[in-house]
Amino acid sequence: MITVEGLTHRFGDVAVLDNLSLHIGAGQFGGLVGPSGCGKSTLLKILAGLLVPDGGEARIDGSSVVGRPGRTAYMPQRDLLLAWRRTLGNATVGAEIAGVPRQEAQARARRLLGRFGLDGFEHAWPAELSGGMRQRLALLRTFLCGHDVLLLDEPFGALDAITRRDMHAWLQQVLADDPRTVLLVTHDVEEALLLADTVIVLSERPARIVKELPVEFEWPRRTGLVTSSGFIQAKATLLEALETGRS
Amino acid sequence: MRRFRVGRWLPPAALIAVLLCCWEVAVRVFAVPAYILPPPSSIVRAFGEVRPLLGEHIATTGTEALVGIAIGALAGVTLAVAVWAVPWFRRLTYPLLVASQTIPMVVLAPLLVLWFGFGLTPKIVVVALIALFPVAISTAQGLAGADDEQIDLLRSMGAQRRDILRLVLIPSATPAFFSGLRIASAYAIAGAVIGEWVGASSGLGLFLTRSQASFRVDRVFVGVAVIVVLSVALFGAVDLLARLAAPWQHAQRTRRKERT
Repeated sequence: MITVEGLTHRFGDVAVLDNLSLHIGAGQFGGLVGPSGCGKSTLLKILAGLLVPDGGEARIDGSSVVGRPGRTAYMPQRDLLLAWRRTLGNATVGAEIAGVPRQEAQARARRLLGRFGLDGFEHAWPAELSGGMRQRLALLRTFLCGHDVLLLDEPFGALDAITRRDMHAWLQQVLADDPRTVLLVTHDVEEALLLADTVIVLSERPARIVKELPVEFEWPRRTGLVTSSGFIQAKATLLEALETGRS
Repeated sequence: MRRFRVGRWLPPAALIAVLLCCWEVAVRVFAVPAYILPPPSSIVRAFGEVRPLLGEHIATTGTEALVGIAIGALAGVTLAVAVWAVPWFRRLTYPLLVASQTIPMVVLAPLLVLWFGFGLTPKIVVVALIALFPVAISTAQGLAGADDEQIDLLRSMGAQRRDILRLVLIPSATPAFFSGLRIASAYAIAGAVIGEWVGASSGLGLFLTRSQASFRVDRVFVGVAVIVVLSVALFGAVDLLARLAAPWQHAQRTRRKERT
């Protein structure tokens, strides 16, 4: 469960967040859409405990995470894999920091390799993996952090359109097997509609909520959904909200 | 691992062989006196004569070079960490560090003998001073090049300072440290020889000065050849160490080759 209340933050003279509040229930998938530079990443950094806001409160499952890292599984846009660690070493880095014995962490990672499409690559260096594999490994690392709440900052932003669509289908499967509370930041309205239970549209900075749209398409959501009239209507609503937030 | 291929080594070896032949023929045709330029054949003969003496000299110079490099590398890393961690320390020491490199070692070496005597110490100091600069500069660069976002990510996982040091900073700086050490290793033997040139009781530098004083130019060439072989061997050893310490670098290289 993610709760944000009255969050306010400035970088110098620039107000990035101004009294922002939102709530994502346990096991829910929240999609956060907004123009670039509107403060989405700042919000995620605050939730990850990396950035202390000027004001307001951020809670995970009821307890404050302001200035307290290590409570959520955060995944930035770049995969940030450690070039000097092989697949297994990268997957288990979070568990290692949390103090899980190496053997145990590696056994857990091995069980998930197939699910994350990394079978047979457990001893590969990151430099030997394709873009999609690197991103899946970064997600595996995020999942193995052992936290219920996942904070994903444009995790598929750097991938090509085809790989990206594959990843959307795949992420749904992974979450169906292993449900988590997710907050996904994206600038891609379709991605948000395909993955989220609720899409939250933010305005230009300072970010405020322009629209909160519940998404009620059936799971699993296939790529074909994108051309259905209901989807197009929802997309139109979100794009309109984005436009409103810019003026 | 990169395979040893005959094809890689054949062209330079052939070139060396051709040059040696030209040298031999030229010296004979123009009847150059041996005290000016001996032919390769007499250098080989001289090598046979002095071989029993060389072992001790090589051991002395080798020890100076290895100890000097170790001390220089240690000091270089310490300096790099200080420069990286304390910004004002960087502003304070960088100009000094660069200036120190402009002092010719041949000028410094006699002073070091004056200060530290005729033993191994002044030679080790020369080598350490030579090794310090490239190691310090590249290691500092490696530390500064560590990815801040990577550090942030690990912090979000609850990493403490020592975790970040072990998981990001040290591995980030390792390849850079070794490029500095590689440069240092190429100059280390020559540095020890400069130290010995001024005054020593053993070592290749002493062997060279003695040979020169007795007009045994053929032996001078033997000394030079030994210095070259030792330097190349040391460079190769450091290169091998670098591959063992940073194996992922090689993976990147192969991958790049596959792409093109």
